[in-house]
Amino acid sequence: MTEPLLDIKDLYVQFEVYGGRLEVLDGVNFRVGTGEKIGLVGETGCGKTTTMKAILRILPEPPAVIPRGEITFKGRDVLKMNSAELSKVRGRGISMIFQDPTAALNPVFTIGQQFEPVIRYSSPQNRRLSRREIREKAIVSLQEVALADPERLLDSYPLQLSGGMRQRVCIGMALATHPELLIADEPGTSLDVTIQDQVLRLLRELVEEKHTSVILITHTLGVVRETADRVYVMYAGNMVEVAPTPKLFANPLHPYTQGLMQAVPKLTGGGVAHGIPGRIPDYLSPPSGCRFHTRCPHVMDICRREKPPFFSVDGGHQVACFLYDKSPEARRDEAVAA
Amino acid sequence: MRLLGFLARRGFQSVFVLLGLSILIFIIARVLPGDRARTALGARAPQWVVDRLREDLHLAQPLVAQYGYWLGDALQGDLGISLVTRRAVTDDIRDFLPASLELVLFSGLITAVGGIGLGILSARHKDTWVDNIIRVFSYMGVVIPSFVAAILLLLLFGLILDWFPSIGRLSEGVPRPPKITGFYTVDSLLAGQFATTWDALKHLVLPAVALALGSLSQEARITRSTMSDNLSKDYIAAGRALGVPERLVTGRFLLKASLIPTVSIFGLDFAATLSNAFLVELIFVWPGISRYGVNAMLRKDLNAISAVILILGITFIIVNILVDLGVGALDPRIRLRGARSD
Ligand SMILES: Nc1ncnc2c1ncn2[C@@H]1O[C@H](COP(=O)(O)OP(=O)(O)OP(=O)(O)O)[C@@H](O)[C@H]1O
Ligand code: SF4
Ligand SMILES: [Mg+2]
Repeated sequence: MTEPLLDIKDLYVQFEVYGGRLEVLDGVNFRVGTGEKIGLVGETGCGKTTTMKAILRILPEPPAVIPRGEITFKGRDVLKMNSAELSKVRGRGISMIFQDPTAALNPVFTIGQQFEPVIRYSSPQNRRLSRREIREKAIVSLQEVALADPERLLDSYPLQLSGGMRQRVCIGMALATHPELLIADEPGTSLDVTIQDQVLRLLRELVEEKHTSVILITHTLGVVRETADRVYVMYAGNMVEVAPTPKLFANPLHPYTQGLMQAVPKLTGGGVAHGIPGRIPDYLSPPSGCRFHTRCPHVMDICRREKPPFFSVDGGHQVACFLYDKSPEARRDEAVAA
Repeated sequence: MRLLGFLARRGFQSVFVLLGLSILIFIIARVLPGDRARTALGARAPQWVVDRLREDLHLAQPLVAQYGYWLGDALQGDLGISLVTRRAVTDDIRDFLPASLELVLFSGLITAVGGIGLGILSARHKDTWVDNIIRVFSYMGVVIPSFVAAILLLLLFGLILDWFPSIGRLSEGVPRPPKITGFYTVDSLLAGQFATTWDALKHLVLPAVALALGSLSQEARITRSTMSDNLSKDYIAAGRALGVPERLVTGRFLLKASLIPTVSIFGLDFAATLSNAFLVELIFVWPGISRYGVNAMLRKDLNAISAVILILGITFIIVNILVDLGVGALDPRIRLRGARSD
């Protein structure tokens, strides 16, 4: 891969809470190439949203703390940027569709009032536009997401819209900035299945048309299969496996991914990890070494002591699991054990 | 149109509230023990004078009839004669009410500006020394009663430092403004007597601050906590994520959503301020309605008592309507719910 668009290296994020620190992200490594569509899967609470918010520096700080890591977007570290530089990244560089469209819209402003600054500050030219011109652009954005009667919509408050409409409004806003990278955090999860399908189809068409790079977060592996070029699997604050989509589905390597795959036929939106007994660990005192060792059917001694790095298996398929450690020492250990 | 509908509806409801209040006042005033006519005239008045007064007050007739007379007079703006000042109660009120209103409104202004301002400052600098100082200050403001604050302010700024005049509405020798609204500050401005305005303002500061301190602290605390709660809401993160400048995200967008509880509480506090004003008026020798009302109570001056309670009731109603309007202006959820139930 050439210079990636986004490159996260060894990212740690913690939350200061009453009673201690939640060590949520634990050395996340993650890349998005220009024009790539990335899928990100993992059960609830594994840190998907946290990772995405860290990229945009929109975690509430406090309680969030980022003690270590690097998040390079187009060669510059987001974590070292001042607010002027950040404001150039946000919106026109990277924008985000939030998990819960109701929470993502300010309840006391109309859709139009919320659209206006998004469009105005998305490019230097737009700054000088009149209200009317901005409004025209907002109308176009709403039409793009297949919303009827955009004029009236702009003058409505979020509570006057249905869940599906709010979701479309959020997608429209996120695309109105013409971002290079779009983060879509489980779009449509809060909606019923048919509307969710429509929303996802719409989103796919739009990013295809605009050649936007995408990170699509989802619980549903089926959605990833249809959309993503590559897939990251996340578990308890770590990326545990990444592979081009066909490879991941043909040959899942990490024991956690294998568990996920077994759970797929059930397609139960909420708990994807039904194939694996146990729960995601407590972030106040997470397990040492490999965070999956409390649930892993193949756990070894080393797993409790050391944290597995990414091991490359072949052409872009990497997995953070000692089962795939083919270094000379590891092979010698195997020989001794045999 | 929606606004007119709202006002009409609230006005209509208020009529019943006031009617209920008037019945309550009337009954409470009549069931007090003692002969009102005798109390009013004193022990040495001749019996025939007392009897005449009893007749004038319709005291021999049944309560319902008495209420009828009273209400009829009240509706014509006749609330009777004060037994203490020997003047029409409405005249007394016309004299004393503006002084109180000026004080209370000024203190409301201080509460709103100071409370919201400190709250914002505190939230912006959460957990820094700025925040800590404001929090300690507002804790004290909440627990210190306004009359204690009044005495402390009077001693410190009025007597020791001598920065502000400490007594009355105007200094001696300063010409009184002509009576237009009854607010010295406003009337003197209208009449072009700027020296008087300045003097009246200086007289207002200490009592108004003393009166404002409690609710100001309350507002500051509420504003701070709502703002910092809302700061971790997704719509704030979303605004930032979409490139909306920080000054808008944490300015207009955060503020409007965060001021709703502050405004509601402000309304409650503000209405209570008028009744709390008594001790402050006493301490600063402020010729206001609260002082008048309490004197009336001590002397069993029933007409005056009824009038003061009625005035307080009306003030509560007006303030409530204003607060609902304010909250509605900030919060579409309330506005739209109101429209739907029309
Ligand atoms: N503001 C916060 N304060 C404290 N803890 C937080 C905060 N935000 C997230 N967390 C914790 O971080 C962990 C990861 O949360 P995150 O929202 O990133 O999960 P997720 O993978 O997006 O889950 P879901 O699929 O349910 O959206 C959770 O345990 C959550 O409790
Ligand atoms: S590193 Fe060990 S515990 Fe972790 S997944 Fe691999 S085998 Fe299981
Ligand atoms: Mg999430």
